[in-house]
Amino acid sequence: MLAESLALTAALFIIGVVGVLIHRNAIIIFMCVELMLTAVNLTFVAFSRFYGTAGQVFVVFVMTVSAAEAAVGLAIIIAIFRHRQTINLKDINLLKG
Amino acid sequence: MQFDLSMPAQLTSALGPDLLLMGGAMILLLWSGWRRESDEHQRSVGVLSMVLCVLTMVAVGYYAYRGYTATNGVIAVDNFRWAADEIFLIATLGTIAMSLDYNRREGITPGESHVLLLLSTSGMMILAAARDLIIVFLGIELMSIAIYVLVGLNRRRERSAEGAIKYFLLGAFSTAFLLYGIALVYGATGATNFVAIRSNIISYSLEHSGLLLVGIALLLVGFGFKVAAAPFHMWAPDVYEGAPTPITAYMAAAVKAASFAVLFRLWLEAFPTLISTWHEAVWWLAALTMIVGNLVALAQRNIKRLLAYSSIAHAGYILVALVVGTNLGSSAFMFYLFAYTVATLGAFAVIVALGRAGEDNMGVEEYAGLWSVRPGLAVAMAVFMLALLGFPIFGGIGFFAKWYILEAALKAPFPQTRLAVILVVMSVVSAGYYLYVVMVMFMKPRSSTAILPERAGGWTRAVVWASAAIILIFGLFPDALVSLTQRSTPAVSKEVAQRSR
Repeated sequence: MLAESLALTAALFIIGVVGVLIHRNAIIIFMCVELMLTAVNLTFVAFSRFYGTAGQVFVVFVMTVSAAEAAVGLAIIIAIFRHRQTINLKDINLLKG
Repeated sequence: MQFDLSMPAQLTSALGPDLLLMGGAMILLLWSGWRRESDEHQRSVGVLSMVLCVLTMVAVGYYAYRGYTATNGVIAVDNFRWAADEIFLIATLGTIAMSLDYNRREGITPGESHVLLLLSTSGMMILAAARDLIIVFLGIELMSIAIYVLVGLNRRRERSAEGAIKYFLLGAFSTAFLLYGIALVYGATGATNFVAIRSNIISYSLEHSGLLLVGIALLLVGFGFKVAAAPFHMWAPDVYEGAPTPITAYMAAAVKAASFAVLFRLWLEAFPTLISTWHEAVWWLAALTMIVGNLVALAQRNIKRLLAYSSIAHAGYILVALVVGTNLGSSAFMFYLFAYTVATLGAFAVIVALGRAGEDNMGVEEYAGLWSVRPGLAVAMAVFMLALLGFPIFGGIGFFAKWYILEAALKAPFPQTRLAVILVVMSVVSAGYYLYVVMVMFMKPRSSTAILPERAGGWTRAVVWASAAIILIFGLFPDALVSLTQRSTPAVSKEVAQRSR
């Protein structure tokens, strides 16, 4: 049972990582990061079947914090959209050198 | 006195300075929302924030003076924590002082910017105290979320918004790695407490558990992003350039220091028995970071990007202390952190002092002939550059900081001779860009079209002179600081001292 859960979460996490690496739209990248966090949460739940509640406590913290992170992140995405009328990272390239 | 962390009341008093800062920040948040936004109001909030910082420093000093200890629990009460706290608070104090003048010039009126700095600092203090993976996660997020906002503080400037989005996406990405690492370490050991992790690794002989190794590798990747170690450093120059200059100083000094502090405690308290496993990885991380940071810095002509790569290089030097891992390495780490923080803060304060609204004059060439128009600032900047370079006497404590890292590397049970050689060679390379800045300021003639920089605000000048004074005075009398840092080590177990590779 544990092995299957871990394989599932690893697959989810890798899908998230690949999504972050190949997409260039800020919102989609952010969604992929959230997918990675979901994979982490599932991992915690799977382990907490063996070790007790610590893992489940962790899940609650992760969800709370990622909600706060989403609030800040979406505000930043709106701020950049107001400047460039796009959230495609390919077009957001003032800073380089 | 020993705190019993299983009792809520005693846990609360063990978190005294942290709670003082958080509570004070909450009150200041209300106060800054109370009145209409204006420059005067922004300044009053800023000054009150600095007062709160000083009060917290006194509280931390008091706790350190009383020599409190604690039973094993979710937080640590030791000198490592207090020393790290004082470094974060010094950096915050300097950053707020710079922001007062910077915000006026750029027309940033919300007083909340100072409060966000305080909240971020309370996250760092939590990180310095953390002895449980849950607390590590909460501390990192408390610190980072406030910084995401601060990088985009000047949202009318496009570069600031661009820096914010890059930092946010990379920061969230790296946090996911960190969390997955935490989950796997928890899964392999069944514990989130550092000490429990260590004892479980020993008692269940998990040295070769694949789950644990993958977890540690993911943790290292996550922290690599946070401290901007190569090859996870790509975000740093862009974000440092885009962020408002005081916030860049804060990220280069305090955020890096906090990430390193928790990395040190985690590695030395939870995984000392696995040193043969992680040693190689951290070794390469340190070597690569030193080499990449210094070589790429040579090509930079924007002062903020130059200091960004310099801060990457310094992350490499600090990682050398982690590779060493002994008590000596840990106290060399704390000493280095102090020297680096003060020098970085001072260098960015000079940049703030010479900047113009809109931050359009960040080329190193703009400083040509600075000696002839602003001799004081030119001399101070030279001191900071020499301190970052590790030059004797004129570089003050910068020299001793490198000296102690080298000493720790060579005196380790297994001397890190090759790393020490890389460190020295890369320090010589770094002279190429630090001395270039000094050369431009003192030897190049000032172009006739160059605008005379306005006289800097009083707070910024205070930061410049205080940093320069600290560097030079402690450079003449390093002994007091050395004895302080020698007592500021986490509970490093015997396994590290007598490890076998």
